[in-house]
Amino acid sequence: MSVLLAFAAASLFGIGTYLILQRKLSRIIIGLGLLTHGANLLLITSGRRGDPPIIGEAGIEAFSDPLPQALALTAIVITFAVTMLLLAIAFRSWLLTDDDEVEDDVGDRAVAQGPIMSEELADQERSMGDEDESL
Amino acid sequence: MSWLVPVPIVLPLIGAALSVLVGRSRRAQRVIGVTILAALVVVAVVLVIAVDRDGTIVSRAGDWPAPLGITLVADRFAVIMLLVAAVTLLAVLVYAIGEPGAERNHVGFQSVYLVLAAGVSAAFLTGDLFDLFVAFEMMLTASYVLLTLGGRREQIRAGMTYVVISLVASVLFVTALALLYSATGTVNMADLAGRITELSPGLRSGFAVLLVVVFGIKAALFPLFFWLPDSYPTAPSPITAIFAGLLTKVGVYAIIRTQTLFFPSDSRPGTLLLVIAAATMIVGVLGAIAQDDVKRILSFTIVSQIGYMVMGLALFTIAGVAAAVYSIVHHIVVKTALFLTGGLIEHVGGSSRLTRVGGMVRTAPVLAVLFLIPALSLAGVPPFSGFVSKLALVDAGVASEEYAVVGVSLVVSLLTIFSMIRIWSGVFWNPAEDPAAVGSRAVKSPGRFGGPVFMVIPTVVLVACSLAVAIAAGPIYEFSERAAEELLNPAGYVEAVLQP
Repeated sequence: MSVLLAFAAASLFGIGTYLILQRKLSRIIIGLGLLTHGANLLLITSGRRGDPPIIGEAGIEAFSDPLPQALALTAIVITFAVTMLLLAIAFRSWLLTDDDEVEDDVGDRAVAQGPIMSEELADQERSMGDEDESL
Repeated sequence: MSWLVPVPIVLPLIGAALSVLVGRSRRAQRVIGVTILAALVVVAVVLVIAVDRDGTIVSRAGDWPAPLGITLVADRFAVIMLLVAAVTLLAVLVYAIGEPGAERNHVGFQSVYLVLAAGVSAAFLTGDLFDLFVAFEMMLTASYVLLTLGGRREQIRAGMTYVVISLVASVLFVTALALLYSATGTVNMADLAGRITELSPGLRSGFAVLLVVVFGIKAALFPLFFWLPDSYPTAPSPITAIFAGLLTKVGVYAIIRTQTLFFPSDSRPGTLLLVIAAATMIVGVLGAIAQDDVKRILSFTIVSQIGYMVMGLALFTIAGVAAAVYSIVHHIVVKTALFLTGGLIEHVGGSSRLTRVGGMVRTAPVLAVLFLIPALSLAGVPPFSGFVSKLALVDAGVASEEYAVVGVSLVVSLLTIFSMIRIWSGVFWNPAEDPAAVGSRAVKSPGRFGGPVFMVIPTVVLVACSLAVAIAAGPIYEFSERAAEELLNPAGYVEAVLQP
């Protein structure tokens, strides 16, 4: 059983890593979901296996370790919230640009396009200016 | 005294809830925010005095004994960080209130900011590795919201990278926790420190490097820093300032805490950290020189300065760690002050690009002074606090005979002066290269104070604090030395936590 879980965690990590290397934010979000599942699975397997840890059900020696399960629950809740936030960002990006592609960094684009001031930067500055005036 | 330890975490959370309740009145929200953070400063001062007098204070939730219950630990390193963080949080909140922008336009700003404060305090005070994860998430989730507040296009672009990279770091953190738990059977830091010695040295070194990677992403160490200069400058200026001052330093705090507490001297990755420190310093400062925007230059110098702190830790001597602690204190204050001035430059000059602003030494002389003092301090010019921090680091490095990294740190100081001079000449001395582009956004007459009063006052206070860190360098350095002794001899920490 532990071996099976270990394989499951390993494949989740593998697929997740592949997906977060994509350019579309929606794929990255799925990739992050798989990665966090892999990590949580690892967390659950880190405790001792056994009977449900309820006093009166079984002997103390046969209990499974409840702590990693509690930790995994906390981690799941946290990643749930952050994934929702990421989805909101992806939606906002889609509203603004009709796409959810992760764009290159400003510095990278400036370097790629040659000396100092790139068009993109100028655009951005202009749009920032417009926004501030409209406030 | 132990009842006081959870207060820095609980107080801002209560404030955040109240702030949501009175969401209709911005005035009431401001009163709550400022009162809570002022109270946080007072609590932090009391804790610093109490901990320095009586030693480590431990608080056990529900009075459960240590490895079972949740413990909060206030030792010297934690409380000094808490104090500096509280002061900068308060100053930046006042600045945000004074600035037309983020705080005025968004109902949620105050409450999210207070959650950030609670997360930072929790990260400093926790005595449990899983709670450290929760504290990081609390702080980071608040920072995601603050970074993307307003939802402008470039904020969304930067927010994507920032959230994804932080989430990857969190996944690695959970993985490290799972592996540590299966190897040792505990997540209590003091208990871990004892049990980790039963593992084989190779496994211990593996954990040490894994934790460096996890916290290295948050602290922006080479080669994991690339997200920082891209995402920080897009946020509104007060938010960039608090991120720059605090968030990366919480990562450095976690690195120092875990490396010194968990790992005995034979499995600490000293040489690896020295190499990383040198590379972080060089790459950061070279990046800064290549930029032509005030906020981006300052963001790259954050990376470079992180290298200095890690260098102090990597020596693993009392002098080295003391210098690292002093550098963190100095750097939080100075860097926040620089970013607040950067925000004022943008507000008054209409842009933060070096080519678009100029001649501000005449139009806004107050800002010139407010920039010059922390800039010289950052570069390590005497008599400012940066000089003390660099002197301590170089002294510690020479004592450990690590001449290569000492040489690198000195060269990087020189290059830091160069990058600061570029801002100085671009913004304050030379006329704008491109006067047509200055446009209508520049404020025609910034007034006697060089900007809105509530933006200038907090900046002045932080600059004064940076001078105070230099003037009181003796006592602060001695305190750092005592903190370093505690960190490098964790037996005291472990005993304080585990005793019934």
